[in-house]
Amino acid sequence: MSEELMPDKNGRFGIYGGRYVAETLVPALEELSEQYELIKNEDKFLKEFKDDLAHYVGRPSPLYFAKRWTELLGGAQIYLKREDLNHTGAHKINNTVGQILLAKHMGKQRIIAETGAGQHGVATASVAARHGLECIVYMGEEDIKRQSLNVFRIKLLGAKVVGVSSGTSTLKDAMNEAMRDWVTNVDDTYYIIGSVAGPHPYPQIVRDFNAVVGEEVLEQSKSVIGKDPDMLVACVGGGSNAMGLFYPFIEKKNVRLIGVEAGGLGLSTGKHAAPLNDGKEGVLHGMRTYLMQDDAGQVIETHSVSAGLDYPGVGPEHAWLKDIGRAEYESADDQEALDAFKELTRVEGIMPALETAHGIAYVKKVAPTMDPNQSIVVNVSGRGDKDINTVASIEGIEL
Amino acid sequence: MSSKIKEVFSKVHAQNRKALITYIVSGDPDHKTTIDIMHAMVGEGADIIELGIPFSDPMAEGVSIQKGHERALEKGASLNDTFELVKEFRLSDKKTPIVFMGYMNTFESLGAKLFMEKAIAVDLDGILIVDMPPEESSDFSREATKANIDIIRLIAPTTSSSRAKKICSQCSGYVYYISVKGITGAANLDADDVKDKVSELRLHTDLPIAIGFGIKDAASASSVKDVADGIVVGSVFVDLIGEADNIIDKVSLKTKELSEVLN
Ligand SMILES: Cc1ncc(COP(=O)(O)O)c(C=O)c1O
Repeated sequence: MSEELMPDKNGRFGIYGGRYVAETLVPALEELSEQYELIKNEDKFLKEFKDDLAHYVGRPSPLYFAKRWTELLGGAQIYLKREDLNHTGAHKINNTVGQILLAKHMGKQRIIAETGAGQHGVATASVAARHGLECIVYMGEEDIKRQSLNVFRIKLLGAKVVGVSSGTSTLKDAMNEAMRDWVTNVDDTYYIIGSVAGPHPYPQIVRDFNAVVGEEVLEQSKSVIGKDPDMLVACVGGGSNAMGLFYPFIEKKNVRLIGVEAGGLGLSTGKHAAPLNDGKEGVLHGMRTYLMQDDAGQVIETHSVSAGLDYPGVGPEHAWLKDIGRAEYESADDQEALDAFKELTRVEGIMPALETAHGIAYVKKVAPTMDPNQSIVVNVSGRGDKDINTVASIEGIEL
Repeated sequence: MSSKIKEVFSKVHAQNRKALITYIVSGDPDHKTTIDIMHAMVGEGADIIELGIPFSDPMAEGVSIQKGHERALEKGASLNDTFELVKEFRLSDKKTPIVFMGYMNTFESLGAKLFMEKAIAVDLDGILIVDMPPEESSDFSREATKANIDIIRLIAPTTSSSRAKKICSQCSGYVYYISVKGITGAANLDADDVKDKVSELRLHTDLPIAIGFGIKDAASASSVKDVADGIVVGSVFVDLIGEADNIIDKVSLKTKELSEVLN
């Protein structure tokens, strides 16, 4: 099967993906698939989605040539895809703008979401406010602590934040809790998942709504670079900003696709969030994918300086792209990410999110090994404002 | 079909009562106490025991059972340990059917083949993998059928009639009807709706039908028992186990109370 046609009708990307959920949710997911297939090519829906991306999100986002950084690294030409300039500050808004239209089309009155870094929570709360829908955001207690700014933003937007203290009190547990809410309120509730993860059709829906990132890069490259880039780089938590960038390039085999996972304290320490680098096949949150787990099949605690990458699984399409060798997955550890965060800020005056900084860190490593007539596009998935407290406290500064 | 499960339902039909199916988490509060609890439950009238296999992410469970999973994991419980536990239980009870209820990832850590070998060795009767709908179950279905171990499947209030028919055709032992839209321990049981749905289910299957998820106490058990062949009760027991003192007495008393309601 052509990769472009993935997933297959059972929601699989090769052996990955699928729909591993309790029976109560199967009919809801079938309905979601049906409704999505029905409207995704409708003119009315597409026009509304495009209008919202243009006027609410502020798209297209620029493809910016990082001149000083390119000179500093002394290798490939580096271009930044500026998703940090989107309304609410990250790529996450692309998906929520699309899914809320789907929710309205399906007549759902209540919106729920999980969030790690809080960016998806903010993006969901924003579109819910705009459409006048009730919104509940599940967030791990650990993340509530380290992303307090976003917690307050979500509340200001009129949504309710529900703290989750089960398991590891992070993103995966927030997702468990959102699923439990959905099962309980399945009739009137729409669950906006924030990454290309979860049961089918979510990995497909979230990818499609983020694919605008890659589509723009495809177009912008013609005038800005003058040719296709040689390499695309994006950080990978659940994998939505990476998938959105990669997807329109999948058939362009001349373009290397590099996803960068969170190396935490280092891959060798086991304290990281890099399932594609150091995990194995398993089932969590309704999908078959690579997972951080022990021999008994228990999902293990992950570690990353960035809340948005602190997730033990990864979208099933990435698992598939890894296995077939179409995309490559690297990692950057906490320290490398922090260094990259500072470097981009100082050299280009662009402060990336700590998630994004993992992609930036990889570019720092790879660009000098490449030729000046080659080019890299790195997805600046979000801006770093939300991370200022984290960075300050690592430096021992109290704000 | 497991002959022990079949016998239970023949017996309860003959006695004109309903089967009491009790759920606890394996290894909660510890290995040995789990075995003691199982014997105590059987002593007070439990007909089938569902052992929850502890998992780090029990997505379909309410707070009570989530806590049970966490307690068990802290004590190092696992699927392998659960097989050991059943082996010990079987030393003095060869008759009571045991069903493992859990999540795909722990079952897959052994793989379907090895799982069934171990299951046969301890005379396990059935498995219920919560996040394994029929569409995703090829390995375990195939190997379970070969091993003569029942695959118990869930039907939910959201399941359409045509889908229910398909699920029933791939189910054995008993059909597990989820009585609420929600997680285990939910409080929104609608007895009339359950009665309608279960009566409809009878059109699709001759298998016994057990009802569970929203049955919290004797009152809720008796509100739906007429249409069922069996009632599954879990959260109440797991809560009692969580109280940590006089567990055996409390669990025995509760089992007795429930089994009397079902008589
Ligand atoms: C700015 C930013 N980038 C990346 C991510 C990681 O998500 P994904 O891998 O789905 O793009 C997050 C998640 O919170 C984020 O906020």
